Amino acid sequence: MEELAIRVEHVSKEYRLGAIGGATLKGEIQSKLAKMFHKEDPNLKIGEKAYGKNERFLALNDLSFDIKKGETVGIIGRNGAGKSTILKLICRVTAPTEGNIYLNGRITSMLEVGTGFHPELTGRENVYLNGAILGMSKAEIEKKFDEIVEFSEVGQFIDTPVKRYSSGMKVKLAFAVASHLDSDIMIMDEVLAVGDIAFQNKCIDRMKKVAEEEGRTILYVSHNMATVKNLCSRCVVLSHGQVAFEGPTAEAIAIYMQDKNLDDKTFFDVSGAKRQRKNSNRHLLKNLHMYQSPSSVFEYGEIFPFRIEWESENSDERLLMKMIINGIDLTPVGVIFGGELKHCKGRNTAEFKFDTSYLVPGKYTVDIILYDEDKSGNMMYHDRATSMRFTVEHGEKSLKLKHWFKDWGNAVLPCIEQINGDDNNV
Amino acid sequence: MEQQKWTTVVKANKKLIDMDLKGLKNCKDLIFLFVRRTFVSKYKQTVLGPAWAVIQPFFTTVVYSVFFGNIAGLGASGVPNFIFYLSGTIVWTLFANCLTETSHTFTANSAILGKVYFPRLVMPVSTTISQFISFSIQFAFMLCFMVYYLITDAGLKPNILIAMFPLVLIQLAVLGMGFGMMISALTTKYRDLAMVVSFGVSLWSYCSPVAYDMFSREQLMNGIIYKIYMLNPVTPAINLFRYGFLGTGEVDWLFYGISWITTAVVAIIGALMFSKSEKTFMDTV
Repeated sequence: MEELAIRVEHVSKEYRLGAIGGATLKGEIQSKLAKMFHKEDPNLKIGEKAYGKNERFLALNDLSFDIKKGETVGIIGRNGAGKSTILKLICRVTAPTEGNIYLNGRITSMLEVGTGFHPELTGRENVYLNGAILGMSKAEIEKKFDEIVEFSEVGQFIDTPVKRYSSGMKVKLAFAVASHLDSDIMIMDEVLAVGDIAFQNKCIDRMKKVAEEEGRTILYVSHNMATVKNLCSRCVVLSHGQVAFEGPTAEAIAIYMQDKNLDDKTFFDVSGAKRQRKNSNRHLLKNLHMYQSPSSVFEYGEIFPFRIEWESENSDERLLMKMIINGIDLTPVGVIFGGELKHCKGRNTAEFKFDTSYLVPGKYTVDIILYDEDKSGNMMYHDRATSMRFTVEHGEKSLKLKHWFKDWGNAVLPCIEQINGDDNNV
Repeated sequence: MEQQKWTTVVKANKKLIDMDLKGLKNCKDLIFLFVRRTFVSKYKQTVLGPAWAVIQPFFTTVVYSVFFGNIAGLGASGVPNFIFYLSGTIVWTLFANCLTETSHTFTANSAILGKVYFPRLVMPVSTTISQFISFSIQFAFMLCFMVYYLITDAGLKPNILIAMFPLVLIQLAVLGMGFGMMISALTTKYRDLAMVVSFGVSLWSYCSPVAYDMFSREQLMNGIIYKIYMLNPVTPAINLFRYGFLGTGEVDWLFYGISWITTAVVAIIGALMFSKSEKTFMDTV
């Protein structure tokens, strides 16, 4: 039997929803008394049931898995799948509601690097403090001190208070401390999110070395699939607090991506959206539907059809459509004009084709605008809907964008035609 | 088949008594570093530095001497008001700081506590120990005045009970830590108590012989009132401290014994409540 490092056995973690921290002693006593005398709880909102099921939320639901000694395991899953919760339980930051976790060996957690750095203390003092918090003795830290400082690349500033460090420097120093600890199990949650690419690679190399040469067990949580692929031999995919898949990294990532994609809607109902007063609101968008697509993830170059549905108060006004494409951070990419829409009073639909080859692979949101303009170009908006989203992924046609840089922007403009040279040279 | 060995088991939080005392022993370095951190960070970027530790009790003592001692006439009999109030103030400050600082343990350190595990008792223990640093500065300050008053023969009569003073200090620190741990355990859920602490402590100081000499107040020395007054565990401790150093007042050994019992009970209950809430406080803080 191979030796295990971690065993998670039927672990559940329940959280109470709603205001927990805001509870007051008076409120609690009132509620308890009311319950005792079978009266209505004065602190409940109208319509709320006392301690109903909906007030509780299972972040982890009967979760079980084993991790062998010396393994590098990635934990992946969507936001809210319970990744961070299970790490917190393994680090003993908080206790499970049900179930047991067995650990074999000393644990170092890097749930967020820089934990326990005190801004007023110098880098040197913080190395000692942080090492001690993570469980090292003073003698151990002394032995490794030079190695830590060298790895962190901040040697020059080691006697400067940490509050004067840049955030990158803090992360570097913190990672250096944590990765040089003599622990058997290392737990990392998105630690590499900060720091430049060179340092990220250095960290990954360091962790690989730690895992392979020193036989330590590493648990790694990240949304960055590239690093997961690079580092982990095995992955646990979590979904809604349960294990969705456990196995080789490549398969796990495929399952995770699928899980993610299924959630990307193709139908966006905007009939209930809040409208802006400055728009006329005489023509209101109802919904947007990518009616031929199973998901809103498209391969670069794919052309997808979509339909918009709207309701008009009249049929005599002229109605134009345009779309504003935004990046996921809401930086505008560009505008597309959809021309005049034919319509009658009541429900109308129109269908369009969208060519993704003008967009660099990434996530986009779309504002659809119904408007009219007069002869001098003044616009009058009727309605604007903002909730449509889609994703463009790399595919066969996106080779030229494989090594894309941020300063290229997000739009791919049409190719320029070369003017036939022969004609000019004659 | 070889039996799998486990070094740690994380269990659901169901037991009543579950303290990690063994782990605490291995954390000497951590405790020391926390003490250092508290001290260093407190006085960094201040011009006067650790002198602040003396300035606060000095001015408190001056105010007490002038208003309570001279104007209200509540001062000590037989010894100078200044040294009487100074001794009371620094001992009280030690207790009050242990209590208030410990009571903030969870809320003030939630960033660290939420991310790494180490025996949680390290926090209150190191907070309490770090109070002794500023206390020792204040204590040295007081000794200077003692020497001055002894030379000028102002009526001070130090005696053998002076040797008891470490016990008094430990008792007050443990008592403060015990109350502090109770409050910190409760404040993870009920923030109300955090409000109570600051004014509660200052009210408590008026129920203790800090700003006045209880032995020259006849109202306090009679029957039931005296007994109730002496049940305040801080009172016999301060009395013993003053009696040893200044020779003023008297020591009631019965109530001193009771105050130790109170201290032990408070400390144990505090530690239990603390370790009960340490496991899940992250979910509520």
